[in-house]
Amino acid sequence: MIKLVWLVPLLPLIGFIIIGLFGKKLSKGLVGIIGSGVIFGALAIAVGIFFELKNGVQKEYTVELFNWISAGKLSIPFSFLIDPLSSLFLLIITGIGFLIHVYSAGYMSHDEGFSRFFGYLNLFIFFMLLLVMGSNYLIMFVGWEGVGLCSYLLIGFWFKNTAYNNAAKKAFIMNRVGDLGFLLGIILIFVTFGSIGYNDVFEQAKNMGSGDTTITIIALLLFVGAMGKSAQLPLYTWLPDAMAGPTPVSALIHAATMVTAGIYMIARSNILYTLSPDAMNVVAIVGVCTALFAATIGLAQNDIKKVLAYSTVSQLGYMFLALGVGAYTGAVFHVMTHAFFKALLFLGAGSVIHAMSGEQDIRKMGGLKKYISTTHITFLIGTLAIAGCFPFSGFFSKDEILANVFEHNKLLWFLGILGAAMTTFYMFRLYFLTFHGKFRGTHEQEHHLHESPKSMTIPLIVLAVLSIVGGLVGIPEALHGTHYLEAFLSPVFEASSFRLAHHLSHETEYILMAVATAIMIGAIYYAFTTYVKKGILPPAEGQDLAPAHKLVYNKYWVDEIYEMLITKPLNLLSEAFHKIIDNQLVDGIVNGVGSAVSWMSGTLRLAQTGNIGFYIFVMVISIVLILFTQLF
Amino acid sequence: MITEYLFYLLSFLALMFASMVVLTKNPIHSVLYLVLTFFAIAGHYVLLNAQFLAAVHIIVYAGAIMVLFLFVIMLLNLNKETEAHKSIWLKGSAVVASGSLMVVLVGALKGAETIQTTNTFNANIGLIENLGMTLFNEFLLPFELASILLLAAMVGAVMLGKKSIK
Amino acid sequence: MSAIQTIPIEWYILLSTVLFTIGVAGVLIRRNAIIIFMSIELMLNAVNLLLVAFSSYLSDSKGQVFVFFIMAVAAAEVAVGLAILMMVYRNTKSSDINILNKLKW
Repeated sequence: MIKLVWLVPLLPLIGFIIIGLFGKKLSKGLVGIIGSGVIFGALAIAVGIFFELKNGVQKEYTVELFNWISAGKLSIPFSFLIDPLSSLFLLIITGIGFLIHVYSAGYMSHDEGFSRFFGYLNLFIFFMLLLVMGSNYLIMFVGWEGVGLCSYLLIGFWFKNTAYNNAAKKAFIMNRVGDLGFLLGIILIFVTFGSIGYNDVFEQAKNMGSGDTTITIIALLLFVGAMGKSAQLPLYTWLPDAMAGPTPVSALIHAATMVTAGIYMIARSNILYTLSPDAMNVVAIVGVCTALFAATIGLAQNDIKKVLAYSTVSQLGYMFLALGVGAYTGAVFHVMTHAFFKALLFLGAGSVIHAMSGEQDIRKMGGLKKYISTTHITFLIGTLAIAGCFPFSGFFSKDEILANVFEHNKLLWFLGILGAAMTTFYMFRLYFLTFHGKFRGTHEQEHHLHESPKSMTIPLIVLAVLSIVGGLVGIPEALHGTHYLEAFLSPVFEASSFRLAHHLSHETEYILMAVATAIMIGAIYYAFTTYVKKGILPPAEGQDLAPAHKLVYNKYWVDEIYEMLITKPLNLLSEAFHKIIDNQLVDGIVNGVGSAVSWMSGTLRLAQTGNIGFYIFVMVISIVLILFTQLF
Repeated sequence: MITEYLFYLLSFLALMFASMVVLTKNPIHSVLYLVLTFFAIAGHYVLLNAQFLAAVHIIVYAGAIMVLFLFVIMLLNLNKETEAHKSIWLKGSAVVASGSLMVVLVGALKGAETIQTTNTFNANIGLIENLGMTLFNEFLLPFELASILLLAAMVGAVMLGKKSIK
Repeated sequence: MSAIQTIPIEWYILLSTVLFTIGVAGVLIRRNAIIIFMSIELMLNAVNLLLVAFSSYLSDSKGQVFVFFIMAVAAAEVAVGLAILMMVYRNTKSSDINILNKLKW
């Protein structure tokens, strides 16, 4: 199976090419089958690779395809690194990707851009696979940029809407800021280690001392890249806006896979971070700040997808918090469980929106559990999972992260548990407002309410099952389980683990779990009393709000602040450049050269009188001059 | 001594007649002076032991080409001093230009190194026998090509000279 | 007694240079196309003379063969050139080269 690894990214690429070239001529059904089929093929190979890796002795394969770039000292092969970490990501990407492709076949069936959508999705999967499979930073970067491109294309999928296009541009440009950091990091890695292959770099890094300044700078630069891609403070504002894209895109790209690329990158470079405690502290602090910040915003949002978007940002913050305290396994574990339940929630939200004929405001929903029961149950499972309810998957991954954080720093743990409480609250607020109470939409919408087709509900059910059992691969010792995931991933994090050994007593862990569960139950109860018992609705648009509520409702005015501090000055500056430098100086030079030449040639033209005698005269003079210069 | 005097005489004649070609106003006179110049040059050829070439020169140039010139002048009825004069400063600048050309050429001659002849002197190379050997051995192909050139020129001249082309 | 033994080649070079220059001056000074033609013949002859002189001094008959070819080319040139001149005269009733001033922008 390892030999077939090149097929994994190639299949989506072939799908993209076929759909991209002939999509318009093929029927929608055929496009759906091709688009999903190639992903299924990739998934099958990924499963094979996973088991071969799990059962085999050798835990790391480097599959070299061809020599890509060779110039001077720089030699970059196009090769794939297959180890537990990348094979796990392969499974997540192809698995969730396949389910979402199937879902999209139903969700997008009425869209005229159906084949274009599937083409983009396949291209996205191709780049995402490249990102996680590459054996050096450059291939990762190619994939990194490729998924950014696909994200741009898919956010602006309905390109006739200007607001959506602006959201796409915003996502693209903000990612560029991060990418610059990533690129600088790669260059610094090359300058420092003379190579950008993972194995070479990590091998050399192991021998360097802890706290080396260069490594800290590298780690921070890479983290800037991760900030952009994984929507961390201060580069997070693109992700909520990215919800302009079709819902399956939000589920696949902006929840389950692409935004976790930053986590993957740091987990992949774990040695560099382990060697730099300062960088790790930065990662942890940024992570916890993002988690809290996004959670507070999530408390007051009324758009079903926006709430989920902010919860994604917040959950990504948790993952970075885990990375920052050295709990790499915990972070990857949370990536996996988050991929399950967040994809589930987004797809569920998509199903709700589908049923509501495009309505996204939760103030206009309510009481939907009678109408769309499958969606309701799966959505509830997802909500419980994200809230961290035992025994759903979120419980185990969140518990692992919080336990590690507790050991590392009590304050961070407190902030983390605070964020978790808010997460639970706003997720249940969303759930109660959507599915309980009375229907608040228009009569027409009520008449139109219907459960989604099979191609949409089956992925929901599969993801719901995964959200329930997904956590079982990482049961902590305290609960007398086996942490399969930790054992599986141990070769990747081997070099880091000895530096960050941790052991909490089982009693402490029980207490932590109990505290988390108690807080979660409290938050659910509070949400239940507020929104179901008392039936309080979020205030309508334009109503006066309490100052704190107003602040959160308007997302701390971060977009406005960015607009004022960065966009406006930049606009003014570019305006000035346009008017002065470009219009006056550059155009002046260009036009000046042009008019000078035409003036001179206009003058010189008069010398050509047509008088042959004069021509001969000039010829003789020229001959004299040539002879003179040649002979003397 | 005699050859030297002959050289000076012929050179003087050639230069004088050549100047007259350029300076006389009547085209007919110009043609006649040119014929005289050719005769002087033919004399030089004889002095240089190129007797055959001298004969050909007189036949081709003085005989054929110059007659052609005369025909044309008569056909066009140009034997009048109708030529418009160029302005003085144009003529002056023309003289200056050609004078500087001469100065440059002579200057180049001054700077050149004298070649050392390795061949022993052979007075017979200008004879028809030797020329014929060279012409029909080494230069056979160019010779044949020259005939094609002449044919082409003849066809061209006839085409151009026809009154009108249907 | 041949000129070769008594007269240095520089003299011949000088003579043909002067002849050539007279030809050039004729081209520049005159406006009658026929005279210009004759001046060109003069220049060709200056070159011929130089070729023959070198041929004799080097005792190499190739130079004289070249003169033959130049004569052939000159004959061809004169035939075509005069024919063109006839056409021009027929159309413009003049042999003044200043009439032919269409060769410009």
